Amino acid sequence: MTSRTVRLRVNGVIHAVTVEPRRTLADVLREDLALTGTHVGCEHGVCGACTVLWDGEPVRACLLFAIQLDGASLTTVEGLADGDRLHPIQEAFWAAHGLQCGFCTPGILLTAKALLDENPQPDEQEIREAIGGNLCRCTGYHFIVDAIAAAARRRTSS
Amino acid sequence: MKPAPFEYFDPRTVDEAVALLETHGDDAKVLAGGQSLVPMLALRVARPAVVIDVNRVAGLDGLRQDGATLSVGALVRQRALERWAPERAPLLGTAIRHVGHAAIRARGTVAGSIAHADPASELPALLLCLDGSVVARSRRGTRTIAASEFFQGPLTTALAADELVTETRWTLPPAHAGWGFREMARRQGDFALVGVAAVVTIARGVVASARVVIFGAAPTPLRARETERALTGQAATATVLADAAQRATAGLDAVSDIHAPAAYRVSVTRTLAARALADAAARARETA
Repeated sequence: MTSRTVRLRVNGVIHAVTVEPRRTLADVLREDLALTGTHVGCEHGVCGACTVLWDGEPVRACLLFAIQLDGASLTTVEGLADGDRLHPIQEAFWAAHGLQCGFCTPGILLTAKALLDENPQPDEQEIREAIGGNLCRCTGYHFIVDAIAAAARRRTSS
Repeated sequence: MKPAPFEYFDPRTVDEAVALLETHGDDAKVLAGGQSLVPMLALRVARPAVVIDVNRVAGLDGLRQDGATLSVGALVRQRALERWAPERAPLLGTAIRHVGHAAIRARGTVAGSIAHADPASELPALLLCLDGSVVARSRRGTRTIAASEFFQGPLTTALAADELVTETRWTLPPAHAGWGFREMARRQGDFALVGVAAVVTIARGVVASARVVIFGAAPTPLRARETERALTGQAATATVLADAAQRATAGLDAVSDIHAPAAYRVSVTRTLAARALADAAARARETA
């Protein structure tokens, strides 16, 4: 099958990658760009672990082919922290114990970022609805909800 | 799993896309949002030789209201309709939040969900409830297919292999109409076990029109015609509404599967119909 070269802007850096059509964005991020923070769980759009932002919108990286994304601007979990300084949402997860094994965390952080960018003061129900597409098998979700609520409070108070 | 290899085309015009469909037809799948197709490719339930990605086709992203008609271009994302609808089409605005999750709706298209025709999905039921239609193009021409003709079975529609959906059209209820939408799913964003959408108009205390659709219970979304008949021309009393709701499953050969037995679907459908009709009657504004 004919490969093509596409240009992806990931966390502000432009990469040219040559891909065969069936390669998902998730695999290209992990294998070609060595950005292994994007996790691959179910690989068919159910678990949410591979969620990244495309133009600020959360999308499933396992349901996109990299060949479709020439010119796209993406944010992965590696793009959240500013050097050694955690992003406020990451800090809130750290403070509130919003993760245990961490497998689902990158997808949830980016889902939370998209939520707070659009709705800076979500109520608990809105937070739960927003992360409804992200499976976590450790936490039982309560501390994740707490962490997102704390990040929202911090953002609006600062 | 990884999808099997396929040949990839990304046409820039509708003409190019339908020419590719004419050439590759049965061996090709159209890729729009990919939220149904790509999982099928990953699971290798679908293994097309050719994928025609229409995301860069020009002119398919329009969302326009002209009087009561809403035209939704084939590339309009569910998220875009979700943002547009709450003030203008509250039934759509409410129901669409039940379609998957934000990350699914960010990519998933309105037309794609309809063309996929999962019997448990919301948008096909809403298209039927809002007396909608599907505009399909091929090299042979353009045709408009009514929702009542479009859905033929699970994942089966009236579309031919060489046809591309370019638009869906919806008839928005008048502002005084009441609406109800209820569904039962195990978790937020899951496919519905069953659901009900209803639009009712009331004049001088009497139901002037009623359109009620059930989904998830049968191979396609269905009009609950016995319910509609039992309401139309009757006083909109609690008794009439409750009686009409019981008729929502009249003649229904409900689906049994791993998620729920048929009897359960019938029972829940009646309960949801009662709630959706009560909501619709409460929201309907009297007209003189």
